[in-house]
Amino acid sequence: MSATVTAPMGRMAALARAELTLLGRSRSALVTALFVPLVLPLSVRSVAGQMDLKGTGLTVGLVILPAAIGFSLLFAVYSTLVGAFVARREQLVLKRLRTGELRDAEILAGAALPATAVGLAQCLLLAGVCGAVLEVPAPRAAHLAVAGLVLGLVLCVVLAAVTAGFTRTTESAQVTSLPLLMVSMMGSGLVVPVELLPDRLAAGCELLPLTPVIMLVRGGWTGDLGAADALRAVVLALAWLGLGVFAVRRWFRWEPRR
Amino acid sequence: MEATEATEATDTSEHVIEVTDLRRVYRGGFEAVRGVTFHVDRGEIFALLGTNGAGKTSTVELLEGLAPPDGGRVRVLGHDPYTGRAAVRPRTGVMLQEGGFPSELTVGETARMWAGCVSGARPVREALALVGLEQRTDVRVKQLSGGERRRLDLALALLGEPEVLFLDEPTTGLDAEGRRDTWELVRALRDGGTTVLLTTHYLEEAEGLADRLAILHEGRVAAAGTPAEVTASRPSRISFELPTGYFPGDLPPLAGLGVVEHETDGRVVRLRTHELQRTATELLLWARRSGVELRGLDVRSASLEEAFLDIARDASAPRTKEYAA
Repeated sequence: MSATVTAPMGRMAALARAELTLLGRSRSALVTALFVPLVLPLSVRSVAGQMDLKGTGLTVGLVILPAAIGFSLLFAVYSTLVGAFVARREQLVLKRLRTGELRDAEILAGAALPATAVGLAQCLLLAGVCGAVLEVPAPRAAHLAVAGLVLGLVLCVVLAAVTAGFTRTTESAQVTSLPLLMVSMMGSGLVVPVELLPDRLAAGCELLPLTPVIMLVRGGWTGDLGAADALRAVVLALAWLGLGVFAVRRWFRWEPRR
Repeated sequence: MEATEATEATDTSEHVIEVTDLRRVYRGGFEAVRGVTFHVDRGEIFALLGTNGAGKTSTVELLEGLAPPDGGRVRVLGHDPYTGRAAVRPRTGVMLQEGGFPSELTVGETARMWAGCVSGARPVREALALVGLEQRTDVRVKQLSGGERRRLDLALALLGEPEVLFLDEPTTGLDAEGRRDTWELVRALRDGGTTVLLTTHYLEEAEGLADRLAILHEGRVAAAGTPAEVTASRPSRISFELPTGYFPGDLPPLAGLGVVEHETDGRVVRLRTHELQRTATELLLWARRSGVELRGLDVRSASLEEAFLDIARDASAPRTKEYAA
């Protein structure tokens, strides 16, 4: 017997490398992951130009930047991964991986790594572009933006796994991922800042999974998110994360239904 | 997970795999495995034989640790393969019944990926060469034939030079040559000390390859032992055509010949006996005395096929639609 035993990082790296190759070979996944998040912010720009931002302390740039990051999280990470998880399950790849040394969490994390990296790179790129083109100043509370981004990435991976658990085929993945996409775009401050919604609607929208992420990111740039609000946002995001992890453990399917 | 508490791994002994009163119930209440007990010794090839739906794969998946049993106990290398995953997995290799490869990866990429997840992996090229796929390294999995996919699966199972190998229908979809190659390879692995548990519905595969086997039927072990032991309990067969002008009643008293069962089908007579030599001799002596020729005379000792078909025939359930030729 050989003395070398694989380590979790090595196993996940091997899996991530294969998954990155697959991402590069899937045209539809590439469009969702690369093209959509870069185009959607442009449409927000035309909307943002007509918003009445007086009194919110926001500028057009400060509306678009968090929106762009939100789109990146939703499409490059969440949407891509719902498709990837379902495809691997239907191809029995997940079942095969489970016969090996990889632990369940490593399988999901390793498979999620490339899309997460793409999402992160995109967010950084978009932040840079927004800074240059829309004259968004450097973040005043960078730690909040970083916290928001990290929570957003992890949350999107977990929610993708939850959604995949309820999705039967790769085709239906496009439908099952719609609710979170729509609700987040409408209610989490991507297209319209939560501040601009009617109070009662805003109160509900503040509880959506991506709202705290966007709040933290925007607050990171504006610097006017109070400590209490920031803490509330972090706790809310963590609560969604906990709920998501519970749902994955409970309902994620490793094999196709027969 | 009742009754599967992890015990100390000290009682490894010679039984590499130990299965006791194993049960598996699927959601919806279907009982696929209903109290299966067997063991596999180190360096042995053990075959689980059965019709489709007999519970072979359901049993093997429990041994592979993919799911906890709903009753009974499994030990692989002294550990519970489900809860003791970390201890067992680096020492086992698994070939699932089908697929498990992303179709857009090449053979080489698939093997490299798996190699990164296996302790003490042998070089990818070596593993692919073992199954004769080294020329197909840069071919996408989706372009492989069914047989090539099975061989890729086998290559991955062998990557970590496992002590225990689980092969779920390793030769299904292979042509005759590929099947023989796989048998050679499995024998070579066994001779090198690997313990092999395989499922098959090819009788000649079990008969030729397995040191010991168990025939599963409707989730239970219907027969078990060496191929010789399993067939020994079965009667041998003699069949021939009645000579023209003769009737079954003209034959010598069958019970006196050691015949335990007989049937006539038109002119064809089929006899079953546990004393093949005595029955055949008496029958041929009768033919010589009577001066007749027994056309289509067919004398054969009990085979695994016989045993297998007997068991499948006993089935009250008509769901057993397939048996192997």
